[in-house]
Amino acid sequence: MSVFIIRRLLQALVVIFLMSLIVFAGINIVGDPVDLLISPEADQAEIEATIRRLGLDRPWHEQYGYFLLNAFKGDLGNSFIFAEPALKLILQRMPATLELAFAAMLIAVVFGIPLGMYAGLKPDSTTSKTIMAGSILGFSLPTFWVGLMLIMVFAVMLGWLPSTGRGDTTELLGIQVSFLTWDGIQHLILPAFNLALFKMSLVIRLARAGTKEVALQDYIKFARAKGLSSRRVVLVHVAKNIMIPVVTVLGLELGGVIAFAVVTETVFAWPGMGKLLIDSIQLLDRPVVVAYLLITVFMFILINLVVDILYSILDPRVRLKDVKA
Amino acid sequence: MSATTDHLAASALSSQARVETPFRRFVSDFFESKVATGACVMLSVIIFIALFAPLISPQNPYDLAVVDVMNARLEPGEQSWSGDLTFVLGSDGAGRDMLSAIFYGLRISLSVGVMSGIIAMIIGMVVGLMAAYFGGRTDTVIMRIVDLQLSFPAILIALVLIAILGKGVDKVIIALVTVQWAYYARTVRGSALVERRKEYIEAATCLALSHRRIVFRHLLPNCLPPMIVVGTLQTAHAISLEATLSFLGLGLPQTEPSLGLLIANGFEYMLSGKYWISFFPGIALLVTIVTINLVGDQLRDVLNPRLER
Amino acid sequence: MKILKHVTTVVAALLLAVAGAASAKNLTIGLASEPTAIDPHFHNLTPNNSLLGHLFNALVLQDENQNLIPGLAVSWRAIDDTTWEFKLRQGVKFHDGSPFTADDVIFTFGRAPDVEGSPSSFGIYTKGKEVVKIDDHTIHIKTERPYPLMPNDVSTIMIISEEKGRGAKTPDYNSGKAAVGTGPFKFVEYVPGDRIVFERNESYWGSKPEWTRVTFKSIKSGPSRVAALLAGDVDIIEQTPTVDIERLKKDPKLSLSQGISNRVIYLHMDQFREESPFVKAKDGGKMKNPLLDARVRRAISKAVHRDAIVDRVMEGIAVKAGQLLPEGFFGRSPKLSPEPYDPAGAKALLAEAGVGDGFKLTIHGPNDRYINDAKIAEAVGQMLTRIGIDTEVVTMPRSVYFKRASRGAEGGQPEFSFILVGWGSGTGEASSPLKSLLHTYDKERGFGPSNRGRHSDPEVDRLIEDALATVNDAKRQDLLAKATELAIGRNQGIIPLHYQVNTWAAKKGIKYRARTDERTVAYGVYTE
Repeated sequence: MSVFIIRRLLQALVVIFLMSLIVFAGINIVGDPVDLLISPEADQAEIEATIRRLGLDRPWHEQYGYFLLNAFKGDLGNSFIFAEPALKLILQRMPATLELAFAAMLIAVVFGIPLGMYAGLKPDSTTSKTIMAGSILGFSLPTFWVGLMLIMVFAVMLGWLPSTGRGDTTELLGIQVSFLTWDGIQHLILPAFNLALFKMSLVIRLARAGTKEVALQDYIKFARAKGLSSRRVVLVHVAKNIMIPVVTVLGLELGGVIAFAVVTETVFAWPGMGKLLIDSIQLLDRPVVVAYLLITVFMFILINLVVDILYSILDPRVRLKDVKA
Repeated sequence: MSATTDHLAASALSSQARVETPFRRFVSDFFESKVATGACVMLSVIIFIALFAPLISPQNPYDLAVVDVMNARLEPGEQSWSGDLTFVLGSDGAGRDMLSAIFYGLRISLSVGVMSGIIAMIIGMVVGLMAAYFGGRTDTVIMRIVDLQLSFPAILIALVLIAILGKGVDKVIIALVTVQWAYYARTVRGSALVERRKEYIEAATCLALSHRRIVFRHLLPNCLPPMIVVGTLQTAHAISLEATLSFLGLGLPQTEPSLGLLIANGFEYMLSGKYWISFFPGIALLVTIVTINLVGDQLRDVLNPRLER
Repeated sequence: MKILKHVTTVVAALLLAVAGAASAKNLTIGLASEPTAIDPHFHNLTPNNSLLGHLFNALVLQDENQNLIPGLAVSWRAIDDTTWEFKLRQGVKFHDGSPFTADDVIFTFGRAPDVEGSPSSFGIYTKGKEVVKIDDHTIHIKTERPYPLMPNDVSTIMIISEEKGRGAKTPDYNSGKAAVGTGPFKFVEYVPGDRIVFERNESYWGSKPEWTRVTFKSIKSGPSRVAALLAGDVDIIEQTPTVDIERLKKDPKLSLSQGISNRVIYLHMDQFREESPFVKAKDGGKMKNPLLDARVRRAISKAVHRDAIVDRVMEGIAVKAGQLLPEGFFGRSPKLSPEPYDPAGAKALLAEAGVGDGFKLTIHGPNDRYINDAKIAEAVGQMLTRIGIDTEVVTMPRSVYFKRASRGAEGGQPEFSFILVGWGSGTGEASSPLKSLLHTYDKERGFGPSNRGRHSDPEVDRLIEDALATVNDAKRQDLLAKATELAIGRNQGIIPLHYQVNTWAAKKGIKYRARTDERTVAYGVYTE
């Protein structure tokens, strides 16, 4: 097992190294942010001075070497735009993104599993068909479009919920969270629901498929034959057995939710790291883009590793050396 | 409906013998569902519009000699100031006919989706077949790359590529291909591994046919059904992803507005009451993606009920 | 005695607190772009300068029409050709209670041009100036040559406290530690990407603003900003999209404040290449650059239907332009007016210039920088296509556009042939655009840095340089007006389209004193 973990971490290092190289070189080709950042009143000498100040006058491989050297010391460079360490900027905004992602996951599970189970138990009822049609819509609707519609309806037309931004935050274990204040929860509902919609469709389908399969298994038939109430059969036996695939998939999808938060954060002006990434790409703030990618890649590799390890613990048939990185 | 179904099934097979062929079974299975039949008809209409957009559009929305800013933001049904054109779905901020813009946008969205799908499918197919056929080290290396890529969300990979490559149709296609090829590779490898163990491949190997011949003439055709399913669903996904990228300002250039870009451009009119500028493209995008997904779903049920998405 | 003093301060504090609570007025402002730091010398760009004017003061301030008014200096004058004297305001205190003196000014002028990692430094305003302390409340600023724009330059440099500023870096300002100024508001909180909070400085030397607590939220997308206002999340927003104004006007719960800006939107043409990369003959072959001919440039100006752009693209929220600055600004020519729409005249001019059959042209423009920029470019494309110049419209995000437009071709030359750009005069007078856009490109002397068409006319150059060395206002006004008349009226060095008009939308009862410099400041927001 430890050999497996070490091998995976080494692979992760290689991936991160290659990624940083490609991104660094790539953004360098696209351009530099000097013309965007500088005051229009600046003269030619000032423009050149700024290029020098940001270290952009050097050839890119030299800049990259310098970056690597610092990266080993834990310094991923300073943002061109904020002059703060890129790492700090991202970590500052990470709690907001994680909060949004977990809230979305929660919504997806809380609504998705019961709906999916219902559709699986009574596949031919009209309600089930409506649920399944809804899940196709959920798959198909582009997230950004839904976000805009949610703002239009619930914030502007009905005025029930705030349109954008994050609400009041309180500190929990040294992290700023917003789900403990009423204002914070109000701000969280729309973006979390927006982000949850796609995953909810996925959960519905998984739960439905799982339920259909489990319902045919012998032990369910046995439980029913034993005279257990159908409520108990559904809640205990079926629910328990469909949880394994659902939880596994959700674990793997967590990374996807965090990445897709980019879209939701942009629509709802949610101050998370996804919005920072989009802004940084648009302003060509290379240090932040590179740092964001390094951090998320690392995060995903970690998540996948944890899921694999948990899986091997939960299901003894899976041996880690068979699992591919 | 069943008459249509029979007719379609019959016409598809009119030149063949009236025996139960796998294809015939597939067709009749497919059209069993009314929803899928409707979706199939709708999809044909959408493809027709995309193919013949220049012929059926009331206006060429890219020809600046006919688009006139004096006609900007007209409501659906209004006429142009010169009176020679009725804007059925209204006009946008530059005086462009929305109906024509949607037709052309559909053309671009679909062609980006389909083009990237085909390229990704070809790459994925070759790579996947190689992995399955040669096995061993080749297989390990290829599948490791595939798994690694699949562990990252598509949108993240697309964002990175756009950040590196810049904007443009070609770049979006590159990004979409990169995102998709691994799905195809995995699917092909999976079904090819199953097929490889079957007798007919063994027989072909015994006959000492060339690798190329075995792979492309024997193995490949038998791996196609799951590929078609993945292909349809992935195309819908690609269209949606392209729209998202365009919305984030990282997709296609303004001069070639896809449906996603039309929605994004119309977004600024959302609160001003000029709903048609972004509403109709939104509906068009929604219908397109739902239609493709419905067709894909039915294909999956018919071709391979146990295939995972 | 000591105890008594203690008691009085406590009582005073309590009274203040009670008074504050009684009249506590909070204001939330929705900004279109996020400031990048709380350090006033880090980034010389409008969003930062606008925000930090709340915490800090310059010696000279600009009012809403960019007229210069006393700030931390009560008066200033040129005592000889190369020396300006500034008398500093007495009795001003920083937020931490320490007094403001000439030492703070000297310290500030030393720090402003030299901030680590600054993406746009204030060096352009402090260059060539030597600040000398005469006494605690008098300073002299010396230059090598006569420098009439001294008060304008000085108005851009915000004064920081020497005590707090020594050794402080940008993060120290962002954390609030060093963000101590003399301005009408005090620092409370800065959460990057989310909000910035200030509270009123109760001991401000000037007139106190109405609001006790101000929160700034940056909401980049226009419709989201409007939605936030409609949903009541913010009290006032800046850069209200033109498309929404018609509807917002009708909304009884809202009130709008509008004002013309110092920003002109214009077209710049390649006037230096014999063959221009984006000009082609009708058959797609090469041709001599027709844009070198002033008649062709005038024809383009005549072909542009400015009224249509203002009415249809800008929805009436703009003023058509014939020169660099709208009425009321210093250095403007009274003789120039917008070129009337005259397609027949345009065609005649093209024929006269020997290109009566037209040619192919690409217009490049940004799509996320100015109000409706992409749509304006498209409208211009339509209009030119109609007089026989087949125009292709290419717009791109500013991150790509500005670099290519300024130095995208080989040798750092501008890449495009025909571009749409805008210019806002930071100094609030005509020398800024003349010097940057229409003076011959001269890297060594810092002239023409944004002259992306490389317009060049020695006569215009001489007038601009004379103006920049003339301290007498009336004479300088004449020189600037004359330079504008030649560069635009005669040469068509640029083609002005319109001046932007900015709109602030707020809840009913809240108004904004619209500023020509496009800044949004809490001390300009008032209740009716």
